[in-house]
Amino acid sequence: MAFLEIDELTVRLPQGRAARPILDGVSLRVGEGESVGLVGESGSGKSVACRSVLGLLPEGAAVSGAVRVGGRDVLGMRRAELRSLRAREVAMVFQDPRASVNPMRRVGDFLTEGLRAAGTAPAVAARRAVELLEAVGIRDPEGAMRRYPHHFSGGMLQRVVIAAALAGEPSLLLADEPTTALDVTTQAEVIAILTRLQAERGTGMLFVTHDLELAAAVCDRVYVMYAGRIVETQTAAGLFARPRHPYTAGLLASTPRLDPDAGPPKPIPGRPVSLAEAPTGCAFAARCAQVRPECLVEPPALVRADDAYAACFRVDEGIVT
Amino acid sequence: MTGSVTRTSGTTGDKGADAVDATLEVVDLCKAFGGHRAVDGVSFTLAPGGSLGIVGESGCGKTTTARMLVGLVSPDSGSIRVGGRERSAPTRNRAERLARAREMQMVFQDPYLSLDPRVVVRECVEEVLRLHFDLTREQRTARVVELLDQVGLGEREASALPKALSGGQRQRVAIARALAAEPKVLILDEAVAALDVSIQAQILDLLAGIRRDAGVGFLFVSHDLAVVRHITEDVVVLRGGRVVEAGPTVDVLTEPRHTYTRLLLDSVPRVGWDPARIAADRRALEREAGGSSGD
Ligand SMILES: Nc1ncnc2c1ncn2[C@@H]1O[C@H](COP(=O)(O)OP(=O)(O)OP(=O)(O)O)[C@@H](O)[C@H]1O
Ligand SMILES: Nc1ncnc2c1ncn2[C@@H]1O[C@H](COP(=O)(O)OP(=O)(O)OP(=O)(O)O)[C@@H](O)[C@H]1O
Ligand SMILES: [Mg+2]
Ligand SMILES: [Mg+2]
Repeated sequence: MAFLEIDELTVRLPQGRAARPILDGVSLRVGEGESVGLVGESGSGKSVACRSVLGLLPEGAAVSGAVRVGGRDVLGMRRAELRSLRAREVAMVFQDPRASVNPMRRVGDFLTEGLRAAGTAPAVAARRAVELLEAVGIRDPEGAMRRYPHHFSGGMLQRVVIAAALAGEPSLLLADEPTTALDVTTQAEVIAILTRLQAERGTGMLFVTHDLELAAAVCDRVYVMYAGRIVETQTAAGLFARPRHPYTAGLLASTPRLDPDAGPPKPIPGRPVSLAEAPTGCAFAARCAQVRPECLVEPPALVRADDAYAACFRVDEGIVT
Repeated sequence: MTGSVTRTSGTTGDKGADAVDATLEVVDLCKAFGGHRAVDGVSFTLAPGGSLGIVGESGCGKTTTARMLVGLVSPDSGSIRVGGRERSAPTRNRAERLARAREMQMVFQDPYLSLDPRVVVRECVEEVLRLHFDLTREQRTARVVELLDQVGLGEREASALPKALSGGQRQRVAIARALAAEPKVLILDEAVAALDVSIQAQILDLLAGIRRDAGVGFLFVSHDLAVVRHITEDVVVLRGGRVVEAGPTVDVLTEPRHTYTRLLLDSVPRVGWDPARIAADRRALEREAGGSSGD
């Protein structure tokens, strides 16, 4: 049994507010000590999926399917259970650090609140917080404890948020684009901390990113999402060597490359599917270079292709580019 | 999303626009917070319609520099000139103030904070048009649709409040809003960082089109060196508030001179990437710098 199991999770906004579900039958697993990547287009549901693991769902949404952490169903948990889950087992680094910290409270209070709530003595909690700030590379950690969020640059605040997530020594870390706001050297430093932690404590990690190279460097397996569904999953190396879904291939082609003779990134034509649109067939069909009539009839299911899974009717033919 | 680029100015009444030279010159800009020199003697020039990248590690002063340019932070010293005119010189009237605000637009690093949580997306963009252009209601409505469409947002997103949008959707709203003002210089502070690569590629295409057709200059703050390589012509590398290296982007990225620039390039994730080693190299460099300059 994997530590995190999401089974057929469907999240639907109330009638009239969207034409299709935000998440549509999403299943994914993160084992103990495993790093699992979640990539996909903007608005495809990555953050909503992460937040569901903490029992946080959009207001008024209808939910079906299951989210289990350590075998226990999160969606059926009462408030007190959810609080303890968030304090002890699952921590999340939110995508927008400024939106996830209270601007009126000192960083020290923010960092120690979880520990203090779980019964740690204030002095011990403070010492631990300083250690963590040091570990994520904040200079003058003692001083930082007394400062307010607006005194920090975007990347520094992101590291504060990461330190807060690590404070409770969680078994599962949900990292929603944790390094997007960081420069590459700081990113490397933060990733080094996260992977060390994983090796030492067996922390599982669900890692949302749009940087495929980073996903490949950090993750054992990667899920690719499009319009609320998982459209492909396989090992990170396999994803690069042989993407199975045309959307994944499109993502690879749109990645800007650093090497001097690389051409400019090649965008996927068309625009992402809005929540107001509910295409009958494959949601990617309108942008797909190898679309066929059957793609417009019903959405393809996720099927196995060697070691990968992809939701494409033409998965066996390979991608023609 | 359409590739075409249209502008409101030229066709309709443009409140107080002037077609003068729009070279941006920054000389010896300084800003300290408490005792800490966040920006310490930064100088650069952005030619009209040029594209300049600012790269450097977290906390090196990129956002503070950008905020000084748009007047959100007042510099301790130094000068910021557009077309030879000091940005901080007093304005004579509202039209002049508006024109000056309009000439430089910024897309912020934290789109969540820069968007009013109570205002739906459509109105947030419309507000800018109302402020800067004399348009009829129908013209404004049409222009809003067009601007949102350029960044890949449709009817549903137009009617949404920021909190009902994903991170990347919010960032695109912020880009559409800045473009609405048709600035001479567009400052993008990590503006494509939260976008997945396929949308990022579209936005980069869109920006390149706007630059080509409308001659807007870009100041592109980013930590993504691959993006910087494709969207900028020149680049400055900041470290601890100072420029440590500057030059044509291709040269700096292929033959970096400064150790720090080399470390930046080494840090880009790729096959065989070893974060622990990069972290160690970085600490070593910090010790070296700490030992020699004493800060
Ligand atoms: N609280 C909410 N109420 C209504 N709609 C929402 C809410 N949160 C998210 N959505 C919508 O659900 C969809 C998925 O959003 P989500 O934030 O999960 O996207 P994402 O994959 O994380 O995208 P990004 O890469 O841009 O962060 C989007 O269309 C978004 O507008
Ligand atoms: N209002 C403020 N009060 C005190 N210190 C500040 C303030 N704003 C910024 N600083 C400090 O100034 C330095 C530069 O911050 P700035 O936001 O310019 O960095 P940055 O290069 O944009 O970093 P990032 O890549 O993390 O966004 C940092 O050390 C930061 O802590
Ligand atoms: Mg998100
Ligand atoms: Mg910044």
